[in-house]
Amino acid sequence: MTLRISTLALAAATAAASAQTANAATEIEFWHAFTGRLGELVDQQVADFNASQDEYEVTATHKGNYSETLNAGIAAFRAGEQPDILMVFEVGTATMMAAKGAIKPVYEVMADAGADFDPDSYISAVKGYYTDTDGNMLSLPFNSSTPVLWVNTTALEEAGIAADVDLTTWEQVGEVLDQLAEAGHSCPLTTAWQSWIHLENLSAYHDVPFATEDNGFAGFGTELEMNGPVQVKHIETMGQWAEDGKFVYAGRRNEGGANFRAGECALFTESSAGYAGIASEAEFDFDVRPLPYWSDVEAAPQNTIIGGASLWVMAGQPDEEYAGVASFLNYLSSPEVQAQWHQDTGYLPITEAAAELTREQGFYEENPGTDIAVEQMTANEPTANSKGVRLGSYDQIRTIIDEELEAVWTGDKTAQDALDSAKTRGDQLLRRFEQSSR
Amino acid sequence: MKGHMEKRVIFKGKWLPLLLILPQLAVTAVFFFYPAGEAIWQSLFIPDPFGLSMQYVGLGNFEYLLNDPYYRASFVTTAVFSVLVTLVSMGVALFLAVLADRLIKGSGTYRTLLIWPYAVAPAVAGVLWMFMFNTRVGVITWYLGQLGYDWNHVLNGTEAMGLVVIASAWGRISYNFLFFLAGLQSIPRSVIEAAAIDGAGFWTRFRTIVFPLLSPTTFFLMVVNIVYAFFETFGVIHTITAGGPQQSTTILVYKVYADGFVGQDLGSSAAQSVVLLVVVGLLTVAQFKFIERKVHY
Repeated sequence: MTLRISTLALAAATAAASAQTANAATEIEFWHAFTGRLGELVDQQVADFNASQDEYEVTATHKGNYSETLNAGIAAFRAGEQPDILMVFEVGTATMMAAKGAIKPVYEVMADAGADFDPDSYISAVKGYYTDTDGNMLSLPFNSSTPVLWVNTTALEEAGIAADVDLTTWEQVGEVLDQLAEAGHSCPLTTAWQSWIHLENLSAYHDVPFATEDNGFAGFGTELEMNGPVQVKHIETMGQWAEDGKFVYAGRRNEGGANFRAGECALFTESSAGYAGIASEAEFDFDVRPLPYWSDVEAAPQNTIIGGASLWVMAGQPDEEYAGVASFLNYLSSPEVQAQWHQDTGYLPITEAAAELTREQGFYEENPGTDIAVEQMTANEPTANSKGVRLGSYDQIRTIIDEELEAVWTGDKTAQDALDSAKTRGDQLLRRFEQSSR
Repeated sequence: MKGHMEKRVIFKGKWLPLLLILPQLAVTAVFFFYPAGEAIWQSLFIPDPFGLSMQYVGLGNFEYLLNDPYYRASFVTTAVFSVLVTLVSMGVALFLAVLADRLIKGSGTYRTLLIWPYAVAPAVAGVLWMFMFNTRVGVITWYLGQLGYDWNHVLNGTEAMGLVVIASAWGRISYNFLFFLAGLQSIPRSVIEAAAIDGAGFWTRFRTIVFPLLSPTTFFLMVVNIVYAFFETFGVIHTITAGGPQQSTTILVYKVYADGFVGQDLGSSAAQSVVLLVVVGLLTVAQFKFIERKVHY
């Protein structure tokens, strides 16, 4: 009998001990889409957070590219195995917002955990993209960038153009392209992410709508409106440049980056996050300029919008994990962590404090041009047209836009026809998305 | 060759054979009938990606698809693509097999080398061909440029189609080659020698004796290659063109993926799977009904 009791006591003690070990650190799962240098930097952030406290243990897992990571999160949710934090690229924002039962908004996570969280400390153009119409932050901005104009000044000088030539407006860019073409340059201008830069950002920058319902921010009943006169004129001009060999199309993603970094192209519209790659590979002098605008559009330049990803908190986890999530997200947005991230990657600092800290550290003086993106985004308070674009099935709508733009570059379609067709086709997908999120 | 005696082995009883095919039936049920049934069921709904809600739409997904000109165009694209991949991969394989059949010395080495491409996964093959034809750094693009031809499959739909056909057919040549060679070697030498003595040249022999006797192999390969072109070329298309430019290389299977996993439109994706199921079923029936009749066993 005594033996039996002591065995039981021992078993109980062991169980208690093991329960305590489990309690020692709550596991937080974080799925992201970064590889290479960016993946290392994320791992470092996670390791630093884990070392800074012993209540929570964050495990970061790479789940493929942006689309694959989103799909992994969706599949995991359907199987009841979702992570605590999921990285979702900006075009997946509407999909996540519509999935009310699958996510827990960041503002709620913070409020429940009693965390010290001030949404106003975030740069408004970044914050605006991820907040609902009531101003509540739904996901935490993580890596954000905005398009700028990269200039190969060596190529300009070889064509007899001053390195500091004014490229503020597309009219001025057009003149420089003429000069480059006359000098026999084979690739005066190329671009990455054509829909993002030459339609979405173009619209925001000129304060014209990309879609109804405040570009989709106000509801799911949205329709595309990017076939307006400003967009048509821009695409028409680009089409003419393509025909004249002044604009060289390299591909739908950032294929043009290879051409620019190899010194083949003189001008290149690409994300500000292209900085790291260009700085390390370019064997010529380069310069960063703000994205050009059309001077005959009165509202321009408004502000550009962001690309990149944010962190979504998934629903259906125990409360203690949410407390850990709040603590981790707070750590990520602290000025020191953010400033370091901004300087390492070329992504925008997401808080005012991080931008300020970077300035104090003298980073912008040592790396001229790296602050242009920040200035361009924060120059004006965002309007309904320049807060961002939030559409369902957006990844696929971008593909449709890519297809139609390709038809313009080859001369198969006029700009008006192509953009009208993109609108019609995209609207069909929007209607289906609306139906699915009822 | 007709009129030979039919040989049949007959097992007595009903339960033993049933028991013996049970594992196969179970595998088919779990991995084929269940997912196919699920696809048919899902094709009647528009669900949200997370599985939180579903709207019943009846045949609405099918109606939407058939009204989509790009979906209808995808049928033509798929037909062109499959026919080209089958013709190229079988034509080249047959040519190589005929050459190998005449080889006496070093045929083992030759055969081994030819089989290698089969071991390369479609996605890897896609990346290899993409690099060779890369519009900026591709070796072949560079040589074409020297010849004055400006290769750009990123914008030119015909060139894009040509490239995915070559890349898809390439790995398949090895497989077809093996079967053709085996088929050629099973043709009795005496028949060919008799024809040669009668004065039939190489081409006459090939046309009147070899090719007809090879027809079971050709038929089998045709079915297998069309199924391959329909379903297994996804990796090639995904890595080289992603269905572009302007959907000129979007075959049916690629569209299932694009709508389901890029667009998160699972209803449309499920409906497309059902259509694909029907198409391949019809195709196989047609092949066995009409073409098999002309096959000499």
